[in-house]
Amino acid sequence: MRDSQSVKLCRRRFLASVAALPVLTAGSFAHTVSGKLPWSPFAGDPPKPINPLGWYFLSPNEVATVEAIVDRLIPADHLSPGGKDSGCAVFIDRQLAGSFGNSSHLYTKGPFMPGLPTQGYQGELTPSGRYRLGLKALEDHVRAANAGKTFAQLAPAQQDVLLKDMEDGKLTLKLAPGFSTRQFFELLLQNTMEGFFADPLYGGNRDMVSWKMIGFPGARYDYRDYVEKYNQPYPFGPVSIMGGALGWTVKG
Amino acid sequence: MAKLLPRKDVVIVGLGWTGSILAHELTDAGLDVVAIERGPWRDTATDFNIGYMPDELRYAIRRELFLQPAQEAITMRNDMTQTALPMRDYGSFLPGAGVGGAGVHWNGFTWRYFASDFVLKTHLTQRYGAKKFDGLTIQDWGVTWDEIEHCFDKFEYLAGTSGKAGVIKGVVQPGGNPFEGSRSREYPNPPLKQPYSSSLFAKAATEFGLHPFPSPAGNLSRPYVNTLGVAMGECTYCGYCERFGCANYSKSAPQTTILPVLIKKQNFSVRTECEVLKVNLHPDGKSAKSVTYIDTSGNEYEQPADLVILAGYGLMNVRMMLLSAIGKPYDPSTNQGVVGRNYCYQTGGGGASMIFDDKRFNSFMGAGALSTAAHDFNSDMDHSKLDFVGGCSIGSGESNGRPIQGRPTPPGTPRWGAQWKEATAKTYGHVMSIGGSGSSYAQRGNYLDLDPTYTDNFGRPLLRITFDFPDNDIRMQNWVGEQCVKIAKTLNPKILTAGKARKGWNSVTYQTTHNTGGAIMGADPKTSAVNRYLQNWDVSNVFVMGACAFPQNAAMNPTGTVAALAYWAADAITTRYLKNPGPLVPA
Repeated sequence: MRDSQSVKLCRRRFLASVAALPVLTAGSFAHTVSGKLPWSPFAGDPPKPINPLGWYFLSPNEVATVEAIVDRLIPADHLSPGGKDSGCAVFIDRQLAGSFGNSSHLYTKGPFMPGLPTQGYQGELTPSGRYRLGLKALEDHVRAANAGKTFAQLAPAQQDVLLKDMEDGKLTLKLAPGFSTRQFFELLLQNTMEGFFADPLYGGNRDMVSWKMIGFPGARYDYRDYVEKYNQPYPFGPVSIMGGALGWTVKG
Repeated sequence: MAKLLPRKDVVIVGLGWTGSILAHELTDAGLDVVAIERGPWRDTATDFNIGYMPDELRYAIRRELFLQPAQEAITMRNDMTQTALPMRDYGSFLPGAGVGGAGVHWNGFTWRYFASDFVLKTHLTQRYGAKKFDGLTIQDWGVTWDEIEHCFDKFEYLAGTSGKAGVIKGVVQPGGNPFEGSRSREYPNPPLKQPYSSSLFAKAATEFGLHPFPSPAGNLSRPYVNTLGVAMGECTYCGYCERFGCANYSKSAPQTTILPVLIKKQNFSVRTECEVLKVNLHPDGKSAKSVTYIDTSGNEYEQPADLVILAGYGLMNVRMMLLSAIGKPYDPSTNQGVVGRNYCYQTGGGGASMIFDDKRFNSFMGAGALSTAAHDFNSDMDHSKLDFVGGCSIGSGESNGRPIQGRPTPPGTPRWGAQWKEATAKTYGHVMSIGGSGSSYAQRGNYLDLDPTYTDNFGRPLLRITFDFPDNDIRMQNWVGEQCVKIAKTLNPKILTAGKARKGWNSVTYQTTHNTGGAIMGADPKTSAVNRYLQNWDVSNVFVMGACAFPQNAAMNPTGTVAALAYWAADAITTRYLKNPGPLVPA
């Protein structure tokens, strides 16, 4: 019989690991189940909320650039705090430091060949590698064109123009085969929105600001009494997996 | 060198819906059955835990419960002139992995295909003449509605499907789908509570002359004890259904319907996180002797068995056949061979999206299959004045309001910045759409084979998909889309956007996990890979489950029909094959 506790510990350690372990050789999980359901209490794999302090992947310069970018993609206004104060840069840092950043779940074998749009990303770089290269190429371009100023030092309107040009393919940064400037923008936009709208436990959407903005109740569970109340707003605010808005976010 | 294990009566490759069904039926018949599953063991309390299952990033975006391309990828191209490249991440469709398979994280639409769908070639030829579908390689299934009806019934009562019958013993029932095949009895559970969008669609569709009805759902409208004595819970409309395991025991899945009974049987075991590398044949190539599999420590085993059931996802079953030399591979240049033939998908893209100022939809109160549908434009409509065959089921409902993926804005809105934010906050909760699943019919250039370049972790070639939507299906989808727009207009939305189906199947954007064909069933061994009992024509102790058996895809979600075929095959094995092992149909 399987020892559920040790299996789960093993898996948790694996998932938490930053190293690029091939999925199939991560440890011996194979086992036979027969005779009764292999269940033991507390064997689940709950998420561990990130510690919002410090940076795991991004360098200080990269942090400044990413914080400036997420604040333009999601600017602060009467609807919500901006991307930076919502935790989007922290979210991106933690994602890049983990299994998303190192592509450990993806097919990463060669040969690498230029693909058609219908075939998706065909570059060799992992997401973390794309950020490292993309942020450097962006800063190189900005410094050369703006007398040494960094992206974060530009006026918001100038930052918007640069981001729009990346989105529209009008700006071509020096990147890598199979990794275009437009794809870099799409990656930034995707991860920023993930951070802004995901459960706060991953570092973004601090205090559930995006959910409050749109009226999404989050991790609520039972709407049976409300499904047939047509054309009426739901009366309760959001909850996260970690609970309500107070008592768990780290202030300051 | 693989370690040789003691013989089993049956080895089942993959323990999802079909593997669980076959395992249950064959162990009931007294056989000693082992299932080999490459993913992990999963159960509700541990792995679909209510404390943390409502996590869109982890389960819907990073897709923790799914097959990851690192384990098995697939290459794709749109036509034979292109070079196929690997889908480095899955996008267009998302295969399952682990015990329960895609039955863990499906939405729950539990359809029966139409009676005419099973005899499509005969039906269309009689009605319009064969010229009407020239260029499409449409075939009959080799099994008829009347033969298989009891298998649909058996699955619905196992799964606890919530719905309203349309035709019982030939009598049309008010409130159901009048176009469905005649069924023997009502669904085991009544329909789910219908949300605002469904009610608006039902009213508009009725005024348009259509026949709306609540979609049959594997999301349970009330507590239910199924035919195996397994208790299931009532759906709470939590909105975390597709891509998630149900924390509430309310979604039909192997975990909530079969596994609690199956696992207790002494003549059943499952080896998890063990990947079958190939099926080994006897030297004459007419029967299988064993499967070779590898565990996560890299140890190889050979498991001999008298009967081999391929019960992985349909695409993976086709690949396993090709890797094991079971059946002749299909060659589109000569139109000879069978394995890989008639690969189809599901056609979408048409439809209508509406934004209202004066209506609020709480789409986060959803269930996977919570919708009201109409089948007036499905595959059996009158095509005599139309330039296509096939059709589309249409409908409207609420499956979820999860915001990473679903936060529409009016057309022309920037995708970021202050304007985007303003529009997002204003539009969320004010959108409804009408659309659905379109049929997908086979044509010669669409097929599956082994990729010549890319390999998996064991050096085996990946499966290669060559596919684009046939012109017929694009015309169909856009015509149905126009009808959806006409219906939508009657609801007076502030903004109405028409969807459009286009050529150029894109593997990046999610569409549906309804890949069909490649190991199709039929009456002729020259044009089908398995006979009407899903038994391989050449290797008679190999049966192949899944939607890979569909000669072409109908305009509905496939799971109900996949499960019915599994019961149909299990019945043939236990009542006929075991008495006299060998081909059930002379080749």
